[in-house]
Amino acid sequence: MTALTLHFDKVVAAYTPTGTPAVQGVTVHAAPGAITAVVGPNGSGKSTLVRLLLRRLALREGTITVGAQALSQLDARAFARAVAVVPQREEVQMPLPVREFVALGRHVHRGAFTPLSAHDADVVNESIALAEMPHLADRRTDALSGGEWQRVRIARALAQEAPVLVLDEPTTFLDIAHEMAVFELLDRLAASGRTVLLVSHQLNLVARFAQHIVLLHAGRVAASGSAADVMRGDVLERVYDWPLVVTRDPAVGAPALLPLRGGSRRRDAALPPNTTP
Amino acid sequence: MNRLVVPAGLGLLVFAMLIALGVGTVSLPLDAVWAALLGEGDAQSIAIVRTLRAPRVLLAACVGAALSISGGALQGTLRNPLAEPYLLGVSGGAAVGAVIAFAFGSASPLVVTLAAFGGAAAATGIVALLARVATGRAEPRVLLMAGVVVGAFANAVILVALADAPPDRIRGALWWMMGSTTDATWGTVTRTTIALLVFGGVLIYRARDLDLLALGEEPAAALGADVDRAARRTFLVASWLAAATVAAVGLVGFVGLIVPNLARALGAQSHRAMLLVGGVYGALLLVAADVCARAIRAPVELPLGAVTALVGVPFFLARLRRVA
Repeated sequence: MTALTLHFDKVVAAYTPTGTPAVQGVTVHAAPGAITAVVGPNGSGKSTLVRLLLRRLALREGTITVGAQALSQLDARAFARAVAVVPQREEVQMPLPVREFVALGRHVHRGAFTPLSAHDADVVNESIALAEMPHLADRRTDALSGGEWQRVRIARALAQEAPVLVLDEPTTFLDIAHEMAVFELLDRLAASGRTVLLVSHQLNLVARFAQHIVLLHAGRVAASGSAADVMRGDVLERVYDWPLVVTRDPAVGAPALLPLRGGSRRRDAALPPNTTP
Repeated sequence: MNRLVVPAGLGLLVFAMLIALGVGTVSLPLDAVWAALLGEGDAQSIAIVRTLRAPRVLLAACVGAALSISGGALQGTLRNPLAEPYLLGVSGGAAVGAVIAFAFGSASPLVVTLAAFGGAAAATGIVALLARVATGRAEPRVLLMAGVVVGAFANAVILVALADAPPDRIRGALWWMMGSTTDATWGTVTRTTIALLVFGGVLIYRARDLDLLALGEEPAAALGADVDRAARRTFLVASWLAAATVAAVGLVGFVGLIVPNLARALGAQSHRAMLLVGGVYGALLLVAADVCARAIRAPVELPLGAVTALVGVPFFLARLRRVA
């Protein structure tokens, strides 16, 4: 599998033609062989980057490049062969057996009438195994738990066999063991030379697994670098607008964030006092 | 999907078509139908079978297949199993075209056909354009809303056009809106078959786009679909396919809504399988409905659009457990 770099260069984009941009000059560089994480509060512009990548939102300024090519020069199929994306939200509309669902990831390698080849079937089975779901391969997608549904979607992205993997909050709904399993899987995929770009709220896990972290705040990059560069109490407290301390993970020594009790968000503090007894 | 689903459907379809050729004012047994098809037997039977009934039966089959394929494609694009071919302004547009032709006193079937197709094509074009102007994207929600609005406008136009029309023209327009294969000619059969092969062929060829579009815009884009283009293409081609049927037989409800769901209940998982299975069973349903329309209260002929529901609903209810 060829190594490809995914690069967002000073991108600016807004949801309405005249509105305030949701991202304003964000640069993210995701290199092969590493996990790059984009973190930040709700509404800081993380998912906007994914939407730009999927071209569901137009770039106002800046460029996105995949390897040596500008995103705008890739057609939809060439893009999906280079970059596999697990979008944040997806609802089951028309249920399929898990194996058929994962096989949709092979679409981009097949012609209009080419049947699923033996190789395709192998890749589908491997992807299901990597996502630790072989026992569910014949279950229908409308009969899965929230966590199983997330893992099936990751398996489908793996079946695309793309050098770049982008995941938007893939561990939402996952319990601790499955969340760890996903992070370990991403770690192995990165170690095998893939480019992994991860949007996540799990700062403590990101600090342990990601080689490079980009912290977004209100559409701009607030900090960028290693876990030690980004996981700083003063920076995170300002960005998240909540009192917290950054300590050391007792087991592995990575920076770990601990939110404190008794904080109040500024906009809540501006509300009139609660008069009920 | 059981591999007997399509062969069994085709077998039933051929059987239903042979029955349909024999049923009518002059009833013919199966062997006489077969002989007449081969050009043997008495001249009257040959004329009845070949000139009167064969176009009608073939047209019913074509229209049933076309509506089912169109409905299945729209359900995938709009991610809604309740979508149907007439939802997005096709029926309203076609009816406006046809009723305007009636209102100006045109009795030529070809003029009415062309006017209906033109009206439907114009209406769907306007819907696609509205959705594009509104969002720059082919978003299901916006397409649906634009379709409903254009349909409502079309209804208003029909009422205005018919306001001072003489009763016989109102009756003609009404009959047309209820759907009928009575006026089938080899010309209508040829035109509808061509539309089915061209538009239906495109939809079946691009059916894998539907598998992706049905997942939602972002997942579809992630898996390599050119979302806006694919959605717009499916929407327009499916609507034109439905428009061709409306031009040929008027409005026949229920088929395009129910048959794709029936195909799913029969085990069709990919959209290609769903369109193919739906095409076969849609043809079967409409041929059967057409026989019933002629036979139930003969010599009175019932509106085809009503009979499809009368025939289809019990069948559908029997499968409801699988559909839900």
